[in-house]
Formats: sequence, C-alpha cells, structure tokens
Amino acid sequence: MRAAVVTFPGSNCDRDMAVALEAVTGQAAIRVWHGDADLPERLDFIALPGGFSYGDYLRCGSMAARSPVMRAVVAAAERGVPVLGVCNGFQILTESGLLPGALMRNAQLTFTCRTAPLTVENSQTLFTSGYEAGETIRLPVAHHDGNYFADEATLDRLEGEGRVAFRYADAVNGSQRSIAGVLNEAGNVLGMMPHPERAIEPAHGGSDGRRLFEAALKELAGA
Amino acid sequence: MKVRIFVSLKPGVLDPQGRAVHHALEGLGFQGVEDVRVGRLIELEVADQTSDEALDEMCRKLLANMVIENYRIEKLETA
Repeated sequence: MRAAVVTFPGSNCDRDMAVALEAVTGQAAIRVWHGDADLPERLDFIALPGGFSYGDYLRCGSMAARSPVMRAVVAAAERGVPVLGVCNGFQILTESGLLPGALMRNAQLTFTCRTAPLTVENSQTLFTSGYEAGETIRLPVAHHDGNYFADEATLDRLEGEGRVAFRYADAVNGSQRSIAGVLNEAGNVLGMMPHPERAIEPAHGGSDGRRLFEAALKELAGA
Repeated sequence: MKVRIFVSLKPGVLDPQGRAVHHALEGLGFQGVEDVRVGRLIELEVADQTSDEALDEMCRKLLANMVIENYRIEKLETA
C-alpha cells in the first residue's frame, strides 16, 4: 500500500502516523510537505495527522485547508483515494469542505487527553470493516477543539446514510450526538478526533487503532 | 481603506466560551447579564477600489466558517 502522510507547519502526530502505517503495511509511508503542489503518483492512502497546524490561527485547520497540498488532496479524494484525517486532520477536512460540519471548542473548555471508549457505529466501511458494529473500542483522545457541530438536517442525513463511523461512549467534548468520526458521502474520506495511530501495539496501552489500518490495507488489497 | 469584519457565531450554535465568560462576569458580581457570545473582529487594510464582492468572497472562503459563523462587513473612511 502506497501511503502518504502530509506534514503541515505545526503537525505533531505525523511521525506517529508514518510509524503506524509502516508497522501495519510493511512499507514506509511517503512524507509530503504542505507546500507541495502535487502528491506522489499512484497513492493508495492519504493521512492528515494531528497537531496544531499554523498554530491553530484563525480557526483550527483553517489555514492548512487552504495550503497548496490540500488542492491535490481534495482532487485525490474526489477520485476515490482513501483519506484519513485524525484530530487536526479531521479539522482540516471539515475546513476544506471534504467533510460536513465544524469542530468547535470542547464544551468543558479544557484540553482533554485520555483514553476514551468509542462505539463503532458502522463496520461496513473501508476503515472500519475490522470492527463489529456496536463494538466498544478504546482510543486515545487529545484535543481542545473536538466538539462536533452540524445543523440538525445534516446530522439526520449523516445518521441516515450510515456516515457516523464512531461515537463517544461517554462524555468527551460536547459533540452533537456524541459524534467522534464521520465519513463523506462516497465513504472514502474519514475524519475522527480519536487517534488510531496511537493504539497500534499493546505497549501503547491498547491496539484497537491497528485494526483500522489493517482493515484499510485488506480492503485496498481486495479492491 | 480600512475594513472591519465582524465574525460571530450563528444563532443556535452553542458557545462554550461565551458561557464561561458569562459565569466569570457573574463571579465578579455583575448583575443582569443575560447572555454572552464571543466573536472575532478582523481589521483589513485594502486598496480603495476593492469590491464588495471581493470582500464577501474573502469572508466566505476564509475569514468566517459559514457552517457555524456569520459575518458583517463595515467599511471605514480612509483617514
């Protein structure tokens, strides 16, 4: 699997993401810089990592969403290339319009850093086929702005179309309908606040995140 | 020309920061504060011939997030 990890100024989970991808796929991830106008050819997977791109100036992810590389990421996503955005990567995906909604300041106003239980809502996706629907998994969360907001009509549509991938199983940040991860209409773009790349090996305190990357690898091999 | 852009949360969007500021005002003993909402003021210095359409586009493409925010443009006379 040819996977790329995009680094923006202020990304800080890009190395974790690259290490996770390599651990699961056996191939080193290609590192891409935010100023690159083009992505490497024949990519199978693009990851937007967590962090604080551009110092969270203006709004989290807003500057990164307008950086040169994102035009190429949007074009690739529209061609069907799987795109995973984690934490700040999720914020960048909503700011770029690839995913609906917005991520606002946590309802409790504090930065939340802990392992959170999540419910897998849809196990019929490229990213979640390694889980059972309704299963509770545990992934680390570490964010200040993860409070998912969309209008009621959008939320109804997301739920009706099976586009809520994960929900928080307890109160984390005040997200509408406890949404922790959402998919685009085509199902090839997933944004989520929890960090699967930080749960790859038992030494990380859990390996539920590994199954997300394994599922993508398997789905892509079968495609 | 100086332009001020006021970005505010849409009605109905919960504002955790506004709520915290509200609590703090009450904690300081100020009575009768009914609600607080926190927004953002952006000041631009632009060429005099900048069109209203261009200013609108700046707001919609970057300065405001139209999912959660509204904006208002105020043009000030050049000093």
